[in-house]
Amino acid sequence: MRRAFLLLRRRLITSIPVLLIVVIGTFFLLEAAPGDAVDAYLLSIGGGDPALVAGLRESYGLDRSAWARLAAYLMALLRLDLGWSVLFGRPILDVVMERLPATLWLMGSAVALSFSLGSALGVVSGARPGSAADRLLSVGSLTLYAVPSFWLGLVLSVIFGVQLRWLPTAGLESIASGKQGFERALDIARHLVLPVAALGFIYMALFLRMMRAGMAEAWRQDFALAARARGLARRRIVLRHVARNALLPLVTMLGLQAASMLGGSVVIESVFAIPGFGRLAQEAVAGRDAALLIGIILVSAVLVIAVNLVVDVVYAVLDPRVGASEPAT
Amino acid sequence: MTRFPLSRRRLLTSTALLLASAGLPARALAQDGKRLVVAADSEPKNLNPAIVASNGVFFIASKVIEPLAEASFAGPDGLEPRLATAWEGSADGRSVTFTLREGVTWHDRKPFTSADVAFSALEVWKKLQNLGRLVFANLEAVETPDERTAVFKFSVPTPFQLIRNALPVVTSVLPRHLYEGTDIEANPANASLVGTGPFKFAEHKPGEYYRLEKNQDYWGEGQPKLDEIVFRVLPDRAAAAGALEADEIQLAAFSQVPLADLERISKVEGIEVYSKGYEALTYQLVVEINHRRKELADLKVRQAIAHAIDRDFVVKTIFLGYAVPSTGIVPKNAPEFYEAGVTTYAFDPARANALLDEAGYKRAGNGTRFSLKLLPAPYFSETRQFGDYLRQALAAIGIDAEIVNNDAAAHQKAVYTDHDFDLAVAPPVFRGDPAISTTILVKGGVPAGVPFSNQGGYANPAIDEIIEKANKTVDVAARTDLFRQFQKLVAEDLPLINVAEWGFITVARTSVKNVSSNPRWAVSNWADTDLES
Repeated sequence: MRRAFLLLRRRLITSIPVLLIVVIGTFFLLEAAPGDAVDAYLLSIGGGDPALVAGLRESYGLDRSAWARLAAYLMALLRLDLGWSVLFGRPILDVVMERLPATLWLMGSAVALSFSLGSALGVVSGARPGSAADRLLSVGSLTLYAVPSFWLGLVLSVIFGVQLRWLPTAGLESIASGKQGFERALDIARHLVLPVAALGFIYMALFLRMMRAGMAEAWRQDFALAARARGLARRRIVLRHVARNALLPLVTMLGLQAASMLGGSVVIESVFAIPGFGRLAQEAVAGRDAALLIGIILVSAVLVIAVNLVVDVVYAVLDPRVGASEPAT
Repeated sequence: MTRFPLSRRRLLTSTALLLASAGLPARALAQDGKRLVVAADSEPKNLNPAIVASNGVFFIASKVIEPLAEASFAGPDGLEPRLATAWEGSADGRSVTFTLREGVTWHDRKPFTSADVAFSALEVWKKLQNLGRLVFANLEAVETPDERTAVFKFSVPTPFQLIRNALPVVTSVLPRHLYEGTDIEANPANASLVGTGPFKFAEHKPGEYYRLEKNQDYWGEGQPKLDEIVFRVLPDRAAAAGALEADEIQLAAFSQVPLADLERISKVEGIEVYSKGYEALTYQLVVEINHRRKELADLKVRQAIAHAIDRDFVVKTIFLGYAVPSTGIVPKNAPEFYEAGVTTYAFDPARANALLDEAGYKRAGNGTRFSLKLLPAPYFSETRQFGDYLRQALAAIGIDAEIVNNDAAAHQKAVYTDHDFDLAVAPPVFRGDPAISTTILVKGGVPAGVPFSNQGGYANPAIDEIIEKANKTVDVAARTDLFRQFQKLVAEDLPLINVAEWGFITVARTSVKNVSSNPRWAVSNWADTDLES
C-alpha cells in the first residue's frame, strides 16, 4: 500500500510541469494558426461591418497581446477557473463536463471491447503459434487494423442502421424519449453498439498481436517446457502458464491505449453524431477558441494521468517486482 | 503489505464482462404526435435571429421568432404577411408605415404590439444586427400611434424598395418585455428563444439536438400542423443521407446530403429531392481578384481569365446540374433587378490566349506567362472543387496558379484582412436587394477585415457613384434602373468574375408535406409543414 501511495505522490508532482507545458504549448499552437475567433465567428454569421468587427475583438479580449491573454488565462487557471468559451458563450467547465460522459462511455466501452476481445483472440492465436487459427486471426486482425475507422463506421452504419435497421445510426440516446433507469441504459447501449464496434475493432488488433507475441515468447521459456514435461493438460498450460505470463504487458498497453482514446475520435464521433471530446476539440480549433481547446486538453491530460496511475497501481499489485527499487523515504 | 483481492484472472474476466451490452430488441419508434426530425449541421453560438441574421440561425430560430413579412412565390413584390399585414413607404422616402397583425401573443402569453416592433427596430436591428446596421443605419425613430401601427422615420431619404426587399431577413421581432433594460446581447432569451412563431423553443442539448414544440396559441388558423420539430445535430454529411434512409430523420436541408449522393438517394423509395425553396437565398460562385497585382489590374488579363472558364462545364461537373451559369453580379433569381444585356465572356481559350498576348504577357520557355496564388474558400466542397478546376483552366492559357488551402478562419484572415491572395474563390449570397450584400463586393474603400467585401483593392469612381446614388434613390423604377446600369458596368470592368449561381437542395421523406413552399423555405416558419404517417 505504501508503495502505491509513494507512486501516487511522485506522479502527482511530476504531472504539474507536464500540464503547464501542455497549456502553454496549446496556446501558442493555436495562436500561430492564422485567423482568430472573430474571423471564425464572422464567417458563421455571414459577415459584418468594421465597427461590429472591432467591437467583437474587444469583447473577446483579442485586442490585447498574446502574452497578456496567456498571463490572464494562467492566473485564472491558478484559481481553478477554466475560463469562458467565446465559441459557445458559456463557461468552459460546463461545456467540457457536458461532453465528458459521452467520451467516457464511448472510449471506455471501446477500450474494454478491444482489450477483452483482443486478448481472448490473442490467447487462441498464441495457443498454437503458426497454426491455421493463428494465421487466420493474424490476417483478419491486421486487415481490420488497416481499415480507416471512418470507413468501418460508415459501412457498419449502412449495414446495421440503414439496411437492416437493427440499430440507430446516430446519437447517444433517443431524443426526448422520456426513458428512465434501465430502459434508458438499454437505449444508450443500443446507440453505442456501432460506434464502439467501429472504434474497438480497430484497436483490437493491437492487443491480439501483443498477446500472441507474448505467448509465442513464453512458449520458448523453460517453464512452459517443464509444464509440458509434467504432463499438464494443454488447456491448463495455455491458460494458467503461458497466457498468464503474456498478460502483463497488455495491462501497460491498456493504460496507453486508454490515454490515446481519451483524446476522442473526431471521425467516429462525427460519423455517429456523438457529442464527445473529439468533436468538441475540432470545433474549438475551427472556431479558434484557444481557452476551450486548452480546457479539453487539460481535462483529458488529467484523466490520462489518472488512468495511468490506476494502471501503475494495478500493475504494482499484480507484479511484486514493479516499484521494488523505489527508495524507501 | 495488504494485497488487493484481485488476481490477473479476475481482472481479465471482469473486463470481459464489461462487454456485456444490450440485446437488440425490435425497433420501436413509439412517438406521440407528429414529430419532424431534421438534420442540422451546426449549432449557432447566438440563436437570436434579430441579432444574427444568418441562414444558420434562421434555420432553427425562424420557427420561433417571426419577421414582419416573409418571401413568397405568389405574393405582391414577392412577399407575404407575417407579423405585419401591410406596409407602405412615403413618397419622400422618410417614413415607412407598418400595419401589424391583430390577436398575436408571445409564447409567454403577453400581447404583441407595435412597441415590440419599435423596440426591436431601434435597439436591436439598427444597433446590433449584422445586416440591420446597414439597412436601418438612418432609422431615427419609430412612432407607435396605436398598438397596431408602427411608423419608421428615417433621417435621410431611404429607398422603400430596399426596406421591403430586406423585410424577411432583417425584421425578426423580439419581445420588448423580456429585453428592455437588459444587456440585450447577454439576455438568456437569446438561447431559449421567446417569439410569436408557430413553434415554441423547448430545449437545446448541446451537440445533440434542438427541440421545438407546437405553439397552441399560434395566430395562423389551424397551424402549425406539426407537434414537434427536432433539429438533430449531424456534423457528418454522409451520416445525414444514411439517417434519412433509415427514417431516423425526415428532412435534410441546405444540401446536407451531398450532391454526389442525390442521384442514388432520389431512387430510394419514400425519399424525395427538392431543388426549389432557395430562390431568395441564391449563392454565387465568384472569382475574387486582387487588383493590387499588376497583371490583374490589367482589364485584358481579367477578360482572358473570364474567357478561360467553361461555365457549362462547372455547372455540369461540379454542381451536377444543380446550378446555372452566371452572366453578372446579380443572379437570374432576382428578376426585379436582373439585367441580361451585359457584356458576357463565352468560353474561348483561343481568345483568352490572344488577350494575354496583347496585354504583353508572352509565354516563357516553359509555356507559362506568370504565376498566381489561388485561395479557394473552404466553406463548400463546390468552392474547393472549382478551385481545382480553375487551376487547370488557367494552366490552359499559360497562367500557373498555386492553390493555397486554408481552413475557414485562416481563409478569412488571408483574403479579407491580409489581402494575401491573387485570386480567391468565394460564395457570396444575394439577399434580395443588391444594396444589402452585393454592392459591397465591388465598392471602393471598404476597410480591411470586413468579410465578404471588396478586399481586392478595386476602386472605380463610376461604380461607386452609382452605388451611392442608388442608396438615396427613393423611386423604385429609377433605383432599379441604376442597378441595371451597375450590372453593366461591373460586367464590363470585371472587378470580379461571376461563374455560377446555385440554391441548395432539400431531401425529405415523402411523408413530409408542403416542403419548399416559399423562396426561403428552409429558413421560414414551417407553419404549414405536415407529416403524414
